[in-house]
Amino acid sequence: MSTQATYNYKVVRQFAIMTVVWGIVGMLVGVIIAAQLVWPDLNLGEYLHFGRLRPLHTNAVIFAFGGCALFATSYYVVQRTNHTPLFLPQLASFTFWGWQAVIVLAAITLPLGYTSGKEYAELEWPVDLLITAVWVSYAIVFFGTVARRKTTHIYVANWFYGAFILTVALLHVVNSMAVPITMWPMKSYSAYAGVQDAMVQWWYGHNAVGFFLTAGFLGIMYYFVPKQAGRPVYSYRLSVVHFWALIFTYMWAGPHHLHYTALPDWTQSLGMIFSLILLAPSWGGMINGIMTLSGAWHKLRDDPILKFLITSLSFYGMSTFEGPMMAVKTVNALSHYTDWTIGHVHSGALGWVAMVSIGAIYYLIPRMFGKNEMYSVKLISVHFWMATAGVVLYIASMWISGVTQGLMWRATNPDGTLTYSFVESVKASYPFWSIRLLGGLLFLSGMLVMAYNVFKTAVGSKPYNAPVVLPNAAHAHA
Amino acid sequence: MSDFVSGFWDIYVMVLVAGSIAFCMYVVLSNRTAKQVGQVELHGHVWDENIAEWNNPLPRWWVGLFWITIFFSITYLVLYPGFGTNKGLYGWSAHKQYDDEVKKADNQYAPIFDKYAKMDLNALAADKEANAMGKRLFLTYCAACHGSDARGAKGFPNLADNDWLYGGEPATVETSILGGRNGVMPPHAHLGADAVKDAANYVRSLSGLAADSIRIQRGKEVFNTAGCTGCHGADAKGNQAIGAPNLTDKTWLYGSSEATIIETLSKGRNNQMPAWKDMLGEAKVHLLAGYVLSLSKDQAVAK
Repeated sequence: MSTQATYNYKVVRQFAIMTVVWGIVGMLVGVIIAAQLVWPDLNLGEYLHFGRLRPLHTNAVIFAFGGCALFATSYYVVQRTNHTPLFLPQLASFTFWGWQAVIVLAAITLPLGYTSGKEYAELEWPVDLLITAVWVSYAIVFFGTVARRKTTHIYVANWFYGAFILTVALLHVVNSMAVPITMWPMKSYSAYAGVQDAMVQWWYGHNAVGFFLTAGFLGIMYYFVPKQAGRPVYSYRLSVVHFWALIFTYMWAGPHHLHYTALPDWTQSLGMIFSLILLAPSWGGMINGIMTLSGAWHKLRDDPILKFLITSLSFYGMSTFEGPMMAVKTVNALSHYTDWTIGHVHSGALGWVAMVSIGAIYYLIPRMFGKNEMYSVKLISVHFWMATAGVVLYIASMWISGVTQGLMWRATNPDGTLTYSFVESVKASYPFWSIRLLGGLLFLSGMLVMAYNVFKTAVGSKPYNAPVVLPNAAHAHA
Repeated sequence: MSDFVSGFWDIYVMVLVAGSIAFCMYVVLSNRTAKQVGQVELHGHVWDENIAEWNNPLPRWWVGLFWITIFFSITYLVLYPGFGTNKGLYGWSAHKQYDDEVKKADNQYAPIFDKYAKMDLNALAADKEANAMGKRLFLTYCAACHGSDARGAKGFPNLADNDWLYGGEPATVETSILGGRNGVMPPHAHLGADAVKDAANYVRSLSGLAADSIRIQRGKEVFNTAGCTGCHGADAKGNQAIGAPNLTDKTWLYGSSEATIIETLSKGRNNQMPAWKDMLGEAKVHLLAGYVLSLSKDQAVAK
């Protein structure tokens, strides 16, 4: 069955471990800024105040934690499902060190105040160029590996990873177009102006959600759920339909971030209707993941990795229902600019992205060291309950706070004046910011439990590279 | 609509929108299967030892959900702007909705405010109901700079005391709100750091604050020769006609520490109070002026 050649697990191992490290760092910064909202005195000096740490938090959790999870899992999945080692391993190694350099540069430049001012794309132009180099290398390694596959059909997880890699390249290059002014201090101006700049920014911003945080993680789901459940994927047909509908429709959804702004009416309408059409394609992924477990529900009882994966799909389904609803202009009129948006983002980011990544990393880590299981399965279970409680506290508090803000801001007196001043809505939100902090702390603590478990699994074990598995004879290339 | 620079983009958008919706319909239709009878089969491919796929049909309720969103969207595009330059059957636009709502609100609320428009400001300042309305306006439009209690902050005057930059006459207060104010203190760094420090000490001494006696002497010379008297007057008591502050009292707009005064002197200050006439209209400003006056009247009584 096996040959002498082995899969390249080194780069997977590196990215998997850094996923845990950056997860802790990114979430710690999140906890700090949540605490700053509760105790404003924690805004210490110009480098560590909320305005500088908030982009550090978003960049760290999305691109450092989420990015490393995507690199680790995609490099693993593309080798395993195409039955061939990674194409150009040295280039893969460059993507690891290059990506870590990007993260370290972000951690230095953002607190120092270097920013292009574009949300989720704050990094200045020299870092943007490095990101581009890493991403092109990533695409070459990934698609090169797919091209050398030993199977006739490309497994669905690879479609999603492939769409994610291609689209993020396009998004990054178009959105980051800027005119550099100086090398040091780093400064550039966006190539777009006014409402066009806003539209390009949110075309990027929403597709960062759609492709970085959704398509890529659906790739994770399509490999790790059937593997961990030991069951075939529910429906091939559904995966075809929801894949094409999803990647075709996400591109349009950006304008819903700019409802009731200077953006022309027609653009806002299109952002809204395509967000609504996105509901079914998004749920297609959830159905395919959850229904894969049908006939094997009992496995959920004692497999905490599966708990992570299936719970993440429930949160995915919930936030992809919430998203289209919030894109409806009348709902958006209430929800926009409130904590509701923050709650929505975190039900996706913590509930879906983080939980599916955590599940996949728990699957990968022991295999990276030639083992079958983590050091402690019980601790995975502990982590699961801490994470779940953390997410629920976080999103419930933000819902209440957000809807309260929205209602207070629009309340008027019989003479048409506003019933509440802004500071009164801040006062009403305040208790919920403490609950959010508690939720975030729980989630972060869960990550520390994970780090301990990963350390105990890895320590004293030799790094392991599994032999390449030959494809099932019937499906191999002739 | 002027959103497109040429007729090409109109068609471009329509083709893309129609194409995208049609594509969604196509992927659903092309994957229709009859209701599954009997055992579902595996699709037939196996990856990585044991990953396979069932050939289950699309869940019918899910297909239904997909169609509902597609039909809703097509209907929406018929009724509202979105399909190229088509305005939609409702003829709706955000600008029109805004104008309609403002007009409706004006009709509904104007009489409530007009009731007080002709009232004398002193009488208004004593009217409880008018002050309650004025306070609500103040908390919405003024509190961001002057604070919820109207006591101001660094660079933003305290409105609850009896000290006025431009004068506390009722009509003057109303003028300040209607037309805004722009107080400019020019920078004096060209005098040299030492002369600026001397002048700062002199200014501190005017209101009885601790200062270096030698610097006070030299600073007085600077004050009288460097142009300060032009605005603040020879007696340094300021000039309300141009909003030049009185430097001999205990009220400090930016702060009385030596460092702050040096900063004010060397870099100058440019203080902007926006005009509210166009934004709020005269009736609401009238109520606001009454409320602001009531605050300092309270102060006078308290003293």
